[in-house]
Amino acid sequence: MVDIDLSMVNWARAQFALTAMYHWIFVPLTLGLSFLCAFFESIYVRTGDKQWRAITKFWMTLFGINFAIGVATGIILEFEFGTNWSNYSWIVGDIFGAPLAIEGIFAFFLEATFFAVMFFGWHRVSKGFHLFSTWMVAIGSNLSAVWILVANGWMQNPVGMIFNPETARFEMNSFSEVVFNPVAVSKFVHTSSSGFLFASLFVLTISCWYLIKGRHIQMAKKSIVVASVFGLLSSSFVAFTGDESAYEVAQKQPMKLAAIEGLYKGQTKAPIEAGILNHDKKPGDDQDPFIVKVKIPFLLSLLANRSLNSFVPGIDDLVYGNKEQNIEGVASKINKGKAAINDLALFKQARKEKNSQKADLALADFRKNQEYMGYGYLNTPEEAVPPVAIPYYAFHIMVTLGSFFPVLFAVFLFYAVKGSLTQQKWLLPIGLISGLLGLIAQQSGWVVAEVGRQPWAINGLLPVKMATTNLSAVNVQITFFMFLGLFTILLAAEITIMLKQISIGPEGGSLK
Amino acid sequence: MISNLDYITLQQLWWIICSIVGSLFLFLTFVQGGQTLLWQVAKTDLEKSLVVTSLGRKWEMPFTTLVLFGGALFAAFPKFYATSFGGAYWVWILILFSFIIQAVSYEYRKKPNNLLGSRVYELFLFINGSIGVLLIGAAVGTFYTGSNFTLDLYNRVTWDYTLMGINLRGLEAAFSLFNLSLGIFLVFNARVLGALYLLNSIDFSSTRDLESRLRKSAWTSFIIALPFLLYVLISILFMKGFNADSEGIISLVSTKYLSNLLAMPYLFILLVAGIVLVLYGVLTSYFKKSKKGIWFSGLGTICVGLVVLCLPAFNNTAFYPSKLDLQSSLTIFNASSSKFTLTVMTYVALGIPIVLAYVIYVWKLMDSKKLTAAEITDEESY
Repeated sequence: MVDIDLSMVNWARAQFALTAMYHWIFVPLTLGLSFLCAFFESIYVRTGDKQWRAITKFWMTLFGINFAIGVATGIILEFEFGTNWSNYSWIVGDIFGAPLAIEGIFAFFLEATFFAVMFFGWHRVSKGFHLFSTWMVAIGSNLSAVWILVANGWMQNPVGMIFNPETARFEMNSFSEVVFNPVAVSKFVHTSSSGFLFASLFVLTISCWYLIKGRHIQMAKKSIVVASVFGLLSSSFVAFTGDESAYEVAQKQPMKLAAIEGLYKGQTKAPIEAGILNHDKKPGDDQDPFIVKVKIPFLLSLLANRSLNSFVPGIDDLVYGNKEQNIEGVASKINKGKAAINDLALFKQARKEKNSQKADLALADFRKNQEYMGYGYLNTPEEAVPPVAIPYYAFHIMVTLGSFFPVLFAVFLFYAVKGSLTQQKWLLPIGLISGLLGLIAQQSGWVVAEVGRQPWAINGLLPVKMATTNLSAVNVQITFFMFLGLFTILLAAEITIMLKQISIGPEGGSLK
Repeated sequence: MISNLDYITLQQLWWIICSIVGSLFLFLTFVQGGQTLLWQVAKTDLEKSLVVTSLGRKWEMPFTTLVLFGGALFAAFPKFYATSFGGAYWVWILILFSFIIQAVSYEYRKKPNNLLGSRVYELFLFINGSIGVLLIGAAVGTFYTGSNFTLDLYNRVTWDYTLMGINLRGLEAAFSLFNLSLGIFLVFNARVLGALYLLNSIDFSSTRDLESRLRKSAWTSFIIALPFLLYVLISILFMKGFNADSEGIISLVSTKYLSNLLAMPYLFILLVAGIVLVLYGVLTSYFKKSKKGIWFSGLGTICVGLVVLCLPAFNNTAFYPSKLDLQSSLTIFNASSSKFTLTVMTYVALGIPIVLAYVIYVWKLMDSKKLTAAEITDEESY
């Protein structure tokens, strides 16, 4: 065992959260706005209507401003695995590095190459090729989401690999299992469609502002029609894939599910309970997890296992075990894990001494418990529980907002088609703030995914505290504040630039 | 066919692929070099806009290539990725910082209400082109001069170089004359390439002065770069190198890189060809007023880059040596991914020619017409 600097671990965690959350302000907008620009431009190319060209160029300008800062905040994430999480990088680089490299080869170059055409090619290439380029940027952006979510999905549900005791690391043995990991697939469809949804809300917000101000009314109305259709489709899809994601979580990460539902005692025919959490509640005690709650019978069993009568394990079952349901407690896993760590050390020592008989024996012992090795690094069974309140509230905010958005888009579409949008004075302010709500839902989604995964870097296999670089905390503290300062300044610049462009409006303000 | 390749071949192949990506990056640093020329060659707002717009159409190329370089190293040589990024922490963090500030600068520099003002974004571009490239050079220099780390039984890296009680975590790379010289050479070579690229990309009919200033700066940058290159090359020929024997035991061997060059004469040919091409590109631009110098000097840079990256890795050499503990040094054999991953990645790499093809096609399409002053006044400029 090595000494672990917990302060370093937590600063590295905070830094990853900071950089990922900043990055995720801009990326979902890129994912969706690129497609919206492609839709707008397709309509322009089909109709030849100059107004659609102006609309396309207006949204493209905002896309470009957003894209730049998305790229700026993105580069650090790739390298942060190396700088702050070098032990992780070494242990799983075999599997985790591949999707990142593929993302670089196939997605980033597509984006980068055709981005230049999209912005500077209006007079340099044909109309058709320009449209093609816009579509390529949209596809490239979303392709990059595929690969990074394959990587993330693998952290949630590690598949397609074996542990090699010789090198003490995980090695890939099936590329297709890694790529078609069910968690990765559901993550990608849920995440990218949520990006489409967020971008549609962004278009709605700005268009509503124009309608309230009585400016650029034609553009605003046209934009709302396209955004409402895209938003309605994508928000319905987000809800559908969210259900799929929850099912995958229940199957692969039951502790995460228990945390996001605030479920301590497992039940058959489990209801969904939601309300205000009791913050004094600890695993294993008899307190009610909620201060105030509402209850919907059977729903959790249905959601988690697609069966009304099924058992959904709670935090207590997972931590302390449940014999009836055949669930092993964490304490026993910790013991097996410690034995595995010990046997691995004996094996490495024997290898060093070139004692093959001793090595074989140690290896045979190690094999018995190797799947629990990650648990061997936990100090107490309770350490296996994520900080319940954060993923719980984030999940409920996400779900509440996610249920509201399809309704919002349907209402906007209804009045837009009816042609009476400008008269709905009550609706426009809701549209105006919807972008902000979208951003909150986006951030909440990642909080659910990542805080809910704690304490693991790789679910069940490698705790976060074992994944870091051997680095004193002060380094990470300095870089944390460097990133915080720089990203905040850049975000402020982005917002002021964007607000100015919105206030100028399309065609330098000449389009009505 | 790929599945029949043996492990050693795959490891070598992947070092070559990573080296090609790295060398392409060095060619593409014409963007960075151009950024450092901005204040020097562009005297009017129009000239500035011409330079920034021309570079702005390409800035994502070196950026993306750098990201790919990182990704490819992560996938193919994860032990290097972990050791170097986690160990030489501050060098990489500062390099990354210089690229973060670059990424927004083109888009935001001329936009109204940009918070910081154009000059700050121009300063960001300058920092990226100077300090960013210098530190990349210093980091590559450690392939020859070594670093201060040890790896434990589980390959966890410990970095140990303190100055006045502070562990410098890689910044000490910039204190070596060799590393610094390589860095300075890359900075000025990037300026050469930047000037040559701009000569090729801009229509100077309304800004003749800009053209002559660019030709002059390509020449002077080259003259400044030359002694640093010569110092690096001569040092390489005479310095001790980190030899790995058949058991993987590392030892310091006199004139190791000279013997590598002699053992791999094609690298020697590549090096000579590279230098000649860079020189030709500069000379033909300065004396013959050619606009095609970028292609010669660019190709030359790729050749020199390949030699710089391959020389310390092949012929049983540790490419990421440790000065503190020789046996912790990384070779392409002990630092690579498993055979399975390298095989998968080799299939993936079959797609690279397709990517290169469309990059080149779009580049030609976009650059077939030179950038004119008239276009700058249009909205599609930076």
